[in-house]
Amino acid sequence: MTAANLSERPLVSIRGAKLHYRVGGLWSAMNGRAPWVKAVDGVSLDIGLGESVGLLGESGCGKSSMGRLLLRLEKVTAGAIMFDGANLSDLCGKDLKTFRTRTQLIFQNPFDAVNPRFSIHEILAEPLENAGFAKDEIEDRIVETLELVHLARPRQYLDRHPHQLSGGQLQRIVMARALILNPDFIVADEPVSMLDVSVRAGVLNVFREVRNRLGLTAIYISHDLSLVRYVCERTIVMYLGHVMEDGRTEDIITEPLHPYTKALVAAVPVPHIEQSHDPLPIGRGAPDPRNPPSGCVFRDRCPHAMERCGAEFPAERPVGSRKVACHLY
Amino acid sequence: MRNATAEKSHVTIAAKAIGAFRHVFQRLRLPLRDPFAVAGLCIYLLFALTAICANVIAPYPATEILFNPDFTLAADLRPGENGFLLGTTSLGRDIFSQIVYGTRSALLIGLTAAVIVALIGSIVGVVAGYFGGWVDTLLMRLADIAFGIPFLPFVIVLAAFLEPSIWNVVFAMALVLWRDTARVIRSQVLTLRTRGYVDAARVCGSSDLKILLRHIAPNIMPLAFLYGSIAIGWAILTEASISFLGFGDPESISWGYMLQDAFANQALGKQAYYWFLPPGICIILIVSAGFFITRGYEQILFPKLGR
Amino acid sequence: MTEALLSVRDLRVSYKLSHGSLDAVDGASFEVPQGSIVGLVGESGCGKSTAARALTRVIADNAAITGGQIVFDGRDIARIPERNMNALRWREIAFVPQSAMNSLDPVYTVESQLNEVLRKRGGMGRSDARKRCEELFELVGIETSRLKDYPHHFSGGMRQRVAIAIALALKPKLVIADEPVTALDVIVQRQILDQLRDLQQQLGLSVILVTHDISVVAYICDRTVVMYAGRVSEEGPVKAVLRQPAHPYSMGLKNAFPDLQSSASGVLTPIEGAPPSLAEPPPGCRFAPRCPFAAELCRQTAPLSEEVSPGHAAACHRASEAGVLRSQAALPQTWMVPA
Repeated sequence: MTAANLSERPLVSIRGAKLHYRVGGLWSAMNGRAPWVKAVDGVSLDIGLGESVGLLGESGCGKSSMGRLLLRLEKVTAGAIMFDGANLSDLCGKDLKTFRTRTQLIFQNPFDAVNPRFSIHEILAEPLENAGFAKDEIEDRIVETLELVHLARPRQYLDRHPHQLSGGQLQRIVMARALILNPDFIVADEPVSMLDVSVRAGVLNVFREVRNRLGLTAIYISHDLSLVRYVCERTIVMYLGHVMEDGRTEDIITEPLHPYTKALVAAVPVPHIEQSHDPLPIGRGAPDPRNPPSGCVFRDRCPHAMERCGAEFPAERPVGSRKVACHLY
Repeated sequence: MRNATAEKSHVTIAAKAIGAFRHVFQRLRLPLRDPFAVAGLCIYLLFALTAICANVIAPYPATEILFNPDFTLAADLRPGENGFLLGTTSLGRDIFSQIVYGTRSALLIGLTAAVIVALIGSIVGVVAGYFGGWVDTLLMRLADIAFGIPFLPFVIVLAAFLEPSIWNVVFAMALVLWRDTARVIRSQVLTLRTRGYVDAARVCGSSDLKILLRHIAPNIMPLAFLYGSIAIGWAILTEASISFLGFGDPESISWGYMLQDAFANQALGKQAYYWFLPPGICIILIVSAGFFITRGYEQILFPKLGR
Repeated sequence: MTEALLSVRDLRVSYKLSHGSLDAVDGASFEVPQGSIVGLVGESGCGKSTAARALTRVIADNAAITGGQIVFDGRDIARIPERNMNALRWREIAFVPQSAMNSLDPVYTVESQLNEVLRKRGGMGRSDARKRCEELFELVGIETSRLKDYPHHFSGGMRQRVAIAIALALKPKLVIADEPVTALDVIVQRQILDQLRDLQQQLGLSVILVTHDISVVAYICDRTVVMYAGRVSEEGPVKAVLRQPAHPYSMGLKNAFPDLQSSASGVLTPIEGAPPSLAEPPPGCRFAPRCPFAAELCRQTAPLSEEVSPGHAAACHRASEAGVLRSQAALPQTWMVPA
């Protein structure tokens, strides 16, 4: 990080964020299952203006919950998230409305993200109406934004309904809706995982281009490392609600440090015949957010687990330009 | 020139009206494929027409006491005698006219109760499901209390306390019948609330009210309609029961009242089938019709239940 | 050359709609050699799932096999009576459905679901079935103590293993797995694929793996069949199809797949457009509307499958020029559609 970067305030600042859900009650407790799901359990990091960050992890790691926290669709159970200096949990009324115009979400399933009864015009007009745009401005803005996401001859889409569009087209509409208010910050939650592979490239290219052109700060949530790599310079690897590794995407791929990251990188299949078929350096078993192991949450699957790992949770420590939460370093 | 524009505006108004009608018609999603449902709709239509044109169809007012040409009371006449289509009651009233006018109170009660039940149930269900928390708990506990109340006795007691008028019966029913609708609509809203587009609306800055009206309400309307149509049958049966038990409104002639009248005058002993069969059959017809329509609707809303 | 275990010739599966019909699979032909893993790959709507299901003749109520042959072990099973087909299911041909983890009945223990196949289908006695259950669990790598657990006690990956165990219960010759790892996380996916490969080698199974992910095919399959819009566009050994694709669609797919091994600055090139509607398919080659190499002939006449090298065939009129087309296809400009 250069000196200039350090002096700028990060756009998003997360300190010790936790999101715990209460599930189950007496019965589960009697059966030895904890009543809490610790979706996010102590995450601290900064996101600078214009950064494109990938939040990588498997299901149950808390990446989606992190996304929801950043958009204030949920409030933190503990800790704080600051957006441009303001604490998200304190926002209400007019401030909250302003926040909503500055941050937007791109969903995983485009067919779920739009009301199937609305026309495309209505779908895209909703945020503009909320922000108080005048009627004649709305249509122009809609057409402008549709061109931004490379939907040719945008006017033909206005009267159509979601079921008449393909997945790829609809996802661009969802993107358009996210961009229409010129936000500063976008959270994209697995935006292409439900699309066909030949279509993904198109949507991802639009994402890259728009991000560069508008200078957006973006968080890209995914379990697919190859996609994260295509879109983000920085990657944060999460597991069971904690950050395991945080650094430049290329570094993480060529030289993963955390044992979990190593397994993750080794597990990604590539479209080549020559790829390693060695067994993954990770134990079997699935992460259970209700009963994480004590100390380091990865220790029950880690090939390098030591005594210390069970006793004490490894805090993030710098290793070169990266941060790793592991006692090995 | 002016005539042309006037004509044009008439045409556009007509076109708009037809368009609006079509829109509503499509939104209602009437179950026109199921033959039973169609039969049910026809029966309803028939009764509705009868109710509207009751003045024209019925030869006599329902409560008017009639006399024979020889000035004796036209009581207990069998069908066909002296021109009375279905005969007369022991008090000299025309049974056919009573049936016809009875349609009015049946439909009135049925539809009013249905609307109130659907309305209250939907509002409660939507508010409880969307906002959750203590609002939800409070409303659902109220619903639990309503569930605990035995339906018929409660209506009887309430009708007895207040004056036995038709509106009090409707009021009493509305107080209790909303509970089913509320429960079901709440479940539906809970599901809808997790839909992506509701989150999207929140992220776009839509207020809760806007979300409720634009995203949630249209999706629960068919369900509300379904439960409303169930309520019609219940309401009519209840009113008939109340009237039969003697707690009904003596001023308005309903089919239940006719049954009570027949019973009180030992129609069965007198073998006056023409007196109690017609109202009984009418009740069965209209409640069954309601049931068939409900089933047809259910098949549209939940097609997978049939498999 | 040994006879292939399964030979599909000109398969046609039609769906009856409220108005007209739709051929989800329209003349697909491919082979599954004995003891190999064949990847049936394609995007949504290409007909791969329908084709896979048609092989076991368990298809939707409004669907029917309206043409072609399915020659299994020398016998055409496309139209044999249901009774005979039933005798084959689970015993010779087994099916692992998509999202198998959700197809386990939540109110029965996994053991009873295994037993349903072993005893009712296989006619095994109680103690034999018990032994086989334990064998199967060991085979797929689950502790036998978990036989009495219910499906919801298992994670997604474990449930997938259970589904595989059920498929293997009666020692079938052919296992058809419909997108078995699509819904799983990448680490579990890799472990399941490894397991599948070990099982295949151990038991000498033949496997058809239906997937939309070329990387999965590259990792585990010996042969691949690429489907597009209800037809087979290319078929051959995985090495050949991936290294030297002979059909423009396969060439385009290569460009669209992100590749961790390649450099970061690589650009992904999408194939513009969308697959044609199968209710009204275009005449001629179905990929022609999106193909940068389409000629007039392509738009008029449907291409037949042509062999480009031993065991490797592509349904393309220009298959003989594949080498030239490949070098052109590698350039992003080839795939850009004028606005």
